[in-house]
This record gives sequence, C-alpha cells and structure tokens, in this order.
Amino acid sequence: MSAKPPLLEVKDLAVSYGSLRAVKGISLEVHEGEIVTLMGANGAGKSSILSALSGLTPFQGTVRFDGQDLRRVPADRIVALGMAHVPEGRGIFGDLTVRENLRLATWIRHDREGIRADTERVLDRFPRLRDRLEQPGGTLSGGEQQMLAVARALMSRAKLLLLDEPSMGLSPVLVREIFGILQEINRQGVTLLLVEQNANMALRIASRGYVLETGQVAFSGASGDLRSDPRVRKAYLGG
Amino acid sequence: MKMRWMIGVLLLAGFALSWAVPHFGWLDPYILLVLMYLGINIILTASLNLVNGYMGEFSVGHAGFMAVGAYVSSVLTVNLFPVTGAVFLFPVAVVGGGLAASLAGLLVSIPSFRTRGDYLAIVTLAFGMIVKSALENIESVGGPRGFMGMEQLTTLPWVYVWVVVTIWILRNLVFSKYGRGMAAIREDEVACDLCGVHTRRVKISAFVVSAFFAGVAGGLYAHVLQFINPRMFDILKSTEILIMVYLGGMASLGGSILGASIYTIAMELLREQGAWRMVLMPLLLILLMLFRPRGLFGLREFPWLVPLRDLVLLRPVKKQKEKTHVPAGS
Repeated sequence: MSAKPPLLEVKDLAVSYGSLRAVKGISLEVHEGEIVTLMGANGAGKSSILSALSGLTPFQGTVRFDGQDLRRVPADRIVALGMAHVPEGRGIFGDLTVRENLRLATWIRHDREGIRADTERVLDRFPRLRDRLEQPGGTLSGGEQQMLAVARALMSRAKLLLLDEPSMGLSPVLVREIFGILQEINRQGVTLLLVEQNANMALRIASRGYVLETGQVAFSGASGDLRSDPRVRKAYLGG
Repeated sequence: MKMRWMIGVLLLAGFALSWAVPHFGWLDPYILLVLMYLGINIILTASLNLVNGYMGEFSVGHAGFMAVGAYVSSVLTVNLFPVTGAVFLFPVAVVGGGLAASLAGLLVSIPSFRTRGDYLAIVTLAFGMIVKSALENIESVGGPRGFMGMEQLTTLPWVYVWVVVTIWILRNLVFSKYGRGMAAIREDEVACDLCGVHTRRVKISAFVVSAFFAGVAGGLYAHVLQFINPRMFDILKSTEILIMVYLGGMASLGGSILGASIYTIAMELLREQGAWRMVLMPLLLILLMLFRPRGLFGLREFPWLVPLRDLVLLRPVKKQKEKTHVPAGS
C-alpha cells in the first residue's frame, strides 16, 4: 500500500457483551480515499465493530484513527475528529424536521456560516431532502430516510464514513441510487467503511473487502478477488 | 408576527393585575389561593415536562425536588434570615431552595447516563422516597410532624413573576441547541451520540434546570401554606404533576400551562363531590390516553411561545403525497 499510514488502523479488536464475545480479535486497515467493505452473516460482529469504532461500545485492542488512539475517547469527540457513523436502521429523529435532523449533526460546532454552507452543500447533493426540509423525518420514505442519515453524517465534515447496511429494506432501484451517491461522495474525498449483507453491490463499489465469520476475519482481499472466490460466491453471491 | 411587542405589554398588564386584584380585594381570598396554587402547578408541570416530555425520560421523583426546595427555603426564611428583612429576602430564599433542588437534580442525572425507561423511573421513585424519609428523620425541621413558622410571603405577584420567569427560561432552553439535543435523546439516544451531541451534558442540564424550578415551586408552596410536612411530597404529589404533564401534552410549554390549569381548576370544582373526584380525574386520563395519547397539546406550541426565528420555519408545509410503499428486503 501507500507509504502514508492508514486513516483507520484496527489491531486485535475485541468486543464482549458480558460473557459473550462478539468480536474476537480483528485487525483491519482503511486507507484514505478507499471504499472498504465488511461482509458477514448475521451475528458475525459487523455492527459491534462499528459501534466500537465510534465509541458506543467499550473494546479491547487498539484503534488508531488519523494518527490518534481512540481508546476511551467518547462518541461525541470521535465525531469531532472526523469519523461519522450512519447506524443500522438509520437512526432518524422521527418527530424532528429534516432541518433539525441536519442541525443536530453540527451540535459541537459554533461557526454559523460554516454550518449554513455545509447545509447547502449537503442539500445540493440530496435535492430531494431540500423539498422536505420542514417535514418530520419520520414521514420520509425508507430511501429518503437513508439519504437523510447519510446527509446528516456528511454535515459533520467526516473524513471517514461508517455505513451500517445502507441497503437494508430498500428496493433494488433505490439501493443502486444510494450506492451511486456513496461512490460520488467517495470520489470527492470521503473514505467509506461499508458494512453490507448485499455483497454483490458492496463488492462492486469497494476496492477491498473483509469477510467476517463469528467474530473473526475469515478472509480478505481485493474486491475482484473476493467476487471470484468460490467461498464468497457460495455464501453471498448465490453460487 | 409584528405584534410581538404586545406580549411584553400583556405581561406587564398581567403583572399589574396580579398586584391590583389582591390589593383592592376584587376577588374572593379563596379564589386568590387557587390562583396561587395554579401558578405553582404551572411551574411544576412545565419543569417536569422538560425531562419527561422534551427529553422523553420518565422521572417520577419531582415531588422530591419540590420538597428539597420547600424545606431549604423555609429554613432560610425562618431560621437564618432576620425577621424584619424576610419580605425582601424572600426571592433569595426561593432561589436558594431552587439551587438546593438542582444539586439534587445533578445527583439524579448521574444514573440517567446508564439507565433509562423503567429503570430510571425506579431510580427517581427511590430518590423521592429517600428525600421523604430523610426529612422525616431530621428532627431540626420537625421530622414527621412537619415544619412551620413561615410567614405567608408568597403573594400573587410573586407567583406571577416566577411563572413568567420559568416559562421564559424554559422556552429559551427548549428552542436552543440543548433543547434540540433533548428532543434527539427522546427520539434515538444512540443516533444522538453518533451525531456528536454531548448527551451527558444535555441530560445533566435538563435534570438540573427541571429540579431548580421544582425547588422554586416548593419554596413558593411552603410560603403559601405556611406549613409543610414530608408526607405532602410523597409519590401522590409526583403522580399529580405527572397527570398534569400528560394531560396538557408532552414536549409543550403551552400544554403545560393548559394541563396545570385544567387539572387545578377541575380538582377545585370537584371538591364538593368528595371521593368522586378521585374517580373522575383518572377516568379523564383513560379517555385522554385512548383518544389523544400525546395529551391535549402534545408536541405543539402556541405561536407566541415560539421564538421568531423558529416561527418562520413553522409555516405550514404543503402536504406531500406519501411515497409508494418501499418493499422490505433487497
């Protein structure tokens, strides 16, 4: 890889819920500008990894983001460092308007002009949200809610976006649209770590992938190799 | 919107009226008393609404904060302040009661970092019980016999001023970014964390401010009644405040005013019915939950309670057709 240290470096990450070990020592790297995907069946530990990275769940091992150790750094500080997490199920604030949803992502910031500029930038990217600015988030359709969730994460000027199953519950057309937007965001310099069950779509836009099995990395490699790997084909791509 | 200055005029007129009515004896003293209770109930309801309505937690220990405020302010006016200056030092006593209560609120906010829902309700319930039994065992404030000797320092103008101050401060809080953070905690706490909201700080501020005004209400209450005892601040009192919150509506200051007014007046009107009012009020609540589960005015607000910059955003949105159903799974 490049000489630059990776944007995100995870070494021997372990997450336990009581006596249950959900993640058993995982190491992975995400370099600046990449799209990396984490795949795995339900219960493989994908979401646990993301919630550990963004400071929601305590973990063992080391996580370095942008040169900083993330041990014991609270969730709101991690957002400020430039890592934004689009949670599974989107986490839209249903009773708050789209505008309020976006404003919440700038909670830590005080620069009024910068916030306004970022809002405009994000709304240019998601014109559908502009029409619905004063509408409660809960009244949006599934696809629009996913867009709002991504838009909200972009409001924090994230360098790295963690996406937890952005395709969940969406029709194939919408999935394609969302993935198109994600690629475009990536082209503009945002690094993506993408957790997906939809391996086909994920491997199409990602450069590299990790396949998880019961809390461990089963294998990893470049997307092209993974797509032709018989094990991946059997488990995720329908033979 | 251009009539905003009218609010100030009306508030001043209201203050003049609150002074003139008792001064010239325009109303029966009994009605004046009910009006003072009404104001105190508005303060209690609006402050509890901050935690239970805006932030969506379920705190049932509000009477405990009220008790702290009532006792601390009473001890200040009876034992610590000079007799002659009591009238002038009364606001200090009320604020002192509020500060003591907010200190208790700070303590209660700590378990709220880790628990919520039913578990936080149990913690706050326990808090209320602890306050009550602690007071029952402190001999210097009368123990279970209660505490007396306060002058009737609470007057209608004072209640009026405190209601206005409470609503004003709470309004500014709920329309600030802290208020937006509280609403986000109510909707989805994990997503709120992921947005970079400092959820601990938001929770602490909600509990502390809420407790402060409960303490203020307690101080006013003690100086109307001129006698307090620990049993006044038991779970029944907390329940009463909860009823007013949910009657008026969650996450609404207008609703708190409405709920406290309807409840207080209804309870007075039903006084002659004796035990029946304990049947009618719960019945009203059951009907409310069936037909208006968010309360009379839940999640809505009177325009005059909304800051101008937010009012612009509240203009009616054109109804848009719901998008066609998105099939699940992919």
